[in-house]
Amino acid sequence: MADTKNKTCVVIGASHGGVNFASYLRREGWEGQIILFDKDPMIPYHRPPLSKAYLTEGDLEGNLLKPKESYEHDNITLKLGQTVTSINRADKTISLQDGSAQAFDKLVISTGARPFIPPIKGIEDPKGIFAMRTGEDAINIKNAVDASKTKRVVIIGGGYIGLETAASLNKLGAKVVVLEREEHVLARVTAPVMSDFFTDLHQEKGVKVLTNKNVVSISKKNGYNQVVCDDGMCYDADLIVIGVGIRVNTELAKNAGLDIENGIKVNLFTQTNDENIYAIGDCTYHYNSHYQRYVRLESVQNAVDQGKIAAASICGKEQEYNAIPWFWSDQYDIKLQMVGLSWGYNEVLVRKEEVEQTSFSVWYFKDEELLAVDAVNNAKAYVLGARFIKGKQKINKTKLVDSSIPMKPTSFL
Amino acid sequence: MAKITFITSDNETITVEGNSGSVMELAVKNNVKGIDGDCGGVCSCATCHVHVEPEFTSKTGEASELESDMLEFDDLTNEYSRLSCQLQVSDDLDGVVFKVAK
Repeated sequence: MADTKNKTCVVIGASHGGVNFASYLRREGWEGQIILFDKDPMIPYHRPPLSKAYLTEGDLEGNLLKPKESYEHDNITLKLGQTVTSINRADKTISLQDGSAQAFDKLVISTGARPFIPPIKGIEDPKGIFAMRTGEDAINIKNAVDASKTKRVVIIGGGYIGLETAASLNKLGAKVVVLEREEHVLARVTAPVMSDFFTDLHQEKGVKVLTNKNVVSISKKNGYNQVVCDDGMCYDADLIVIGVGIRVNTELAKNAGLDIENGIKVNLFTQTNDENIYAIGDCTYHYNSHYQRYVRLESVQNAVDQGKIAAASICGKEQEYNAIPWFWSDQYDIKLQMVGLSWGYNEVLVRKEEVEQTSFSVWYFKDEELLAVDAVNNAKAYVLGARFIKGKQKINKTKLVDSSIPMKPTSFL
Repeated sequence: MAKITFITSDNETITVEGNSGSVMELAVKNNVKGIDGDCGGVCSCATCHVHVEPEFTSKTGEASELESDMLEFDDLTNEYSRLSCQLQVSDDLDGVVFKVAK
């Protein structure tokens, strides 16, 4: 690697992608400065637990991506609570809201995404209305639930964020209603069999899951909100959590003239169309070699793994990004683990294990090719599914759904 | 307070002290190479795989079903494999040596 002692690597966005990138960059041998900027003032934390264990256990200290000392140890400078306003490619600087500028030799954009706030009448008055993305959001939601006597919660959107938040707030004693616009919850990401499973699970625990519910307005009543749907139904809410998806933070990149297509477009080395600027994580539109198409992913795995690729590339050890995506969700005592991308499937097979506890797996195929596996309380199916997808293994479908055949690497040949 | 030793795949030996949290967190805190803990410690990613040195297995106990299922088909798994996010640091682990699997 060329001498990097006097070089500066600047990172915009200090979450899973940015923080892990910085630490990998140091391990790859970068000797110069590494400076991370984020408008979030909190020491970078794990995001997935915010809608899960954080709400119920409330331990943000144990939720840090890295302890404070680790940044000192790696000589990584954290500039938190600082908003970057522009990337100036011509003079290789970024500008900050306070009017200052920071020069860079290499720049990594890991700006992630922000919650999408749908244009619902009355949503602009924020009292009692929350998104769920940042540590501050989670703290505000928790405080609002704790402070409310009646604890009536309406969650708009039945995706993972909405359902996880519903499960956690239910545990805290809230009366939760989930309003989903589509016919099924999790409609965008899973097969109907999974949607049905999670709907039933929530109903059993006392969460009302209502589908085909298009929210048209929110109005303030005496100290609470009333959520109105287009079918005329009204739901009273001491607090509302919005979980209807995200918008990618591409503005900085776009204004700097970087290629944008459903996110910041990067090559297999996470490099943008400017050779000194890389992008990683939720904000990127990148090629997945296994599925042979461009994708944009909202996941920890993608943020961390792209961080590794970017660090290696910047240190001259280029390796192509080639990962099978994986995800997880925890709701109540159910552990859902997902691997692969099910998009384009034309067959779904369900394998139920003959055990006392709920344990099954959903296998998504396109003809003979296994695309993805959703495993419910079934880590074996998750691990084996990952292996089969990666190895493009042809699977005997009759054997796969026969739960008397144990789950082993060679069982379904 | 427990003294815990990690031996990385580069044969670097790191001995650290801890009294709470998981062994994975302790390793991440001390920049132990090969232990990433990408999922934050919820037994979902298997990026914190260690091998317990055989003489200490009585101290670390047995893996849960979820944990052993996560490990069963991993090429680096042997009878001493554990996911370090599932091991809580306590006085009981004083003196234990872990080899980082990756």
